[in-house]
Amino acid sequence: MTIPNLVGAGLIVLGAGIGIGKIGGSAMDAIARQPEAFGKIQTAMLIAAALIEGIAFAAFFIGK
Amino acid sequence: MLKKALHILAIITLLSVNNLMGQEHHAESKHTESNQHGEENLSLKEKIKEDIKHHLQDSHSFHITKGVEFPLPVILWDNGLHIFSSSEFKKNNGVVNKDGNYYAISHSNGHIYKTDASGKINYNDKGLEINKKTFDLSITKNVFSIMLVGLLMFLLFSGLAKSYTKNGGIAKGPGRFFEPIILFIRDDIAIPNIGEKHYKKFMPYLLTIFFFIWFVNLLGLTPLGANITGNLAITAALAILTYLITTFSAKKDYWKHIFWMPGVPSLMKLFLAPIELLGTFIKPFSLMVRLYANIMAGHVVLMTIIGLMFIFKNWIGSSLSFGLAFVLSILELLVAALQAYIFTMLSALYFGAAVAEHEHQHEEAH
Repeated sequence: MTIPNLVGAGLIVLGAGIGIGKIGGSAMDAIARQPEAFGKIQTAMLIAAALIEGIAFAAFFIGK
Repeated sequence: MLKKALHILAIITLLSVNNLMGQEHHAESKHTESNQHGEENLSLKEKIKEDIKHHLQDSHSFHITKGVEFPLPVILWDNGLHIFSSSEFKKNNGVVNKDGNYYAISHSNGHIYKTDASGKINYNDKGLEINKKTFDLSITKNVFSIMLVGLLMFLLFSGLAKSYTKNGGIAKGPGRFFEPIILFIRDDIAIPNIGEKHYKKFMPYLLTIFFFIWFVNLLGLTPLGANITGNLAITAALAILTYLITTFSAKKDYWKHIFWMPGVPSLMKLFLAPIELLGTFIKPFSLMVRLYANIMAGHVVLMTIIGLMFIFKNWIGSSLSFGLAFVLSILELLVAALQAYIFTMLSALYFGAAVAEHEHQHEEAH
């Protein structure tokens, strides 16, 4: 648990957080514009979020 | 209905806490008997780490709680087939003697190694074992759990199929829960990605991996401690299956788009071909890592928080940790289903790319 390890882990979380936050934000905007498309937007949002989390976890386990 | 579900969830969490507490006592007594590392009094944090690692790894006996443990058969191939029960590793200081060959289980990763009569396993500088590894075909905890899940799925879905013929086309019982899910997989995963013409060939595989990953993830959340998809080998097997099906059902257009992409200058084509070829390997690889990392991370965090409950020895710390573990378990239920959905959807996407048929207006419009 050295300092560079912790800084790296923090950067990974930062990257994933910003990415998924942006997706969530634009999903909210889209749902506000067209509430009846909620199901499709939710599906697309979850897919994009899972892909980003995949990379984040991969980086985490490579680092470990 | 909601109350009942909450009751069941509470019981499951309590059982898992009880399980970890049982593990604590078990680990304590184990460490005072056998000091393979020469440490007599491990601190509480190290005992918890030891327990977590023990839970995440595969093991040769199925340990449910303190006192309830049943040994699984060990099948080794070492110039001759040796089949014995893993309870033999408990006697005689952990060394099993079969026709002059001695085997012992390594403490660090639970594998079986060939040793001399004293049962000593030698480590090199990096902490890795130097002894010879055996060709291990045993029924371990993971194999046994997968067999259980397979049997459960078989009974469930064949009963489901039969209930349709008996009831005149309307599902009864568990069918009412699974029918919308199966239709969802067909209408929202298979048909949009693969297309109307070819989706039927891939439906059995997509349905199987969806329900298999979902049930196995759920099993990992129960107190039985079967961490199946949190194991790189098993997710690798699923990813390899997806890769093989993509490769063997691919049409000429698919290979053309990889090696000789139309609409791109020739020099770029030569440059892009190896990258695209690497891409065909990296896509299933990412499937493997995504599933493994999500499930493994979830289990590690959950067990760490439960372990935190024992480090805080006051009322507030322990009860807050319990609450956090409870909420996280509910999130893990969502992650279990979501990861199954993502794996299935991405597999359907890759199949769709493999069997896609283009009209040939490539040179301009691509």
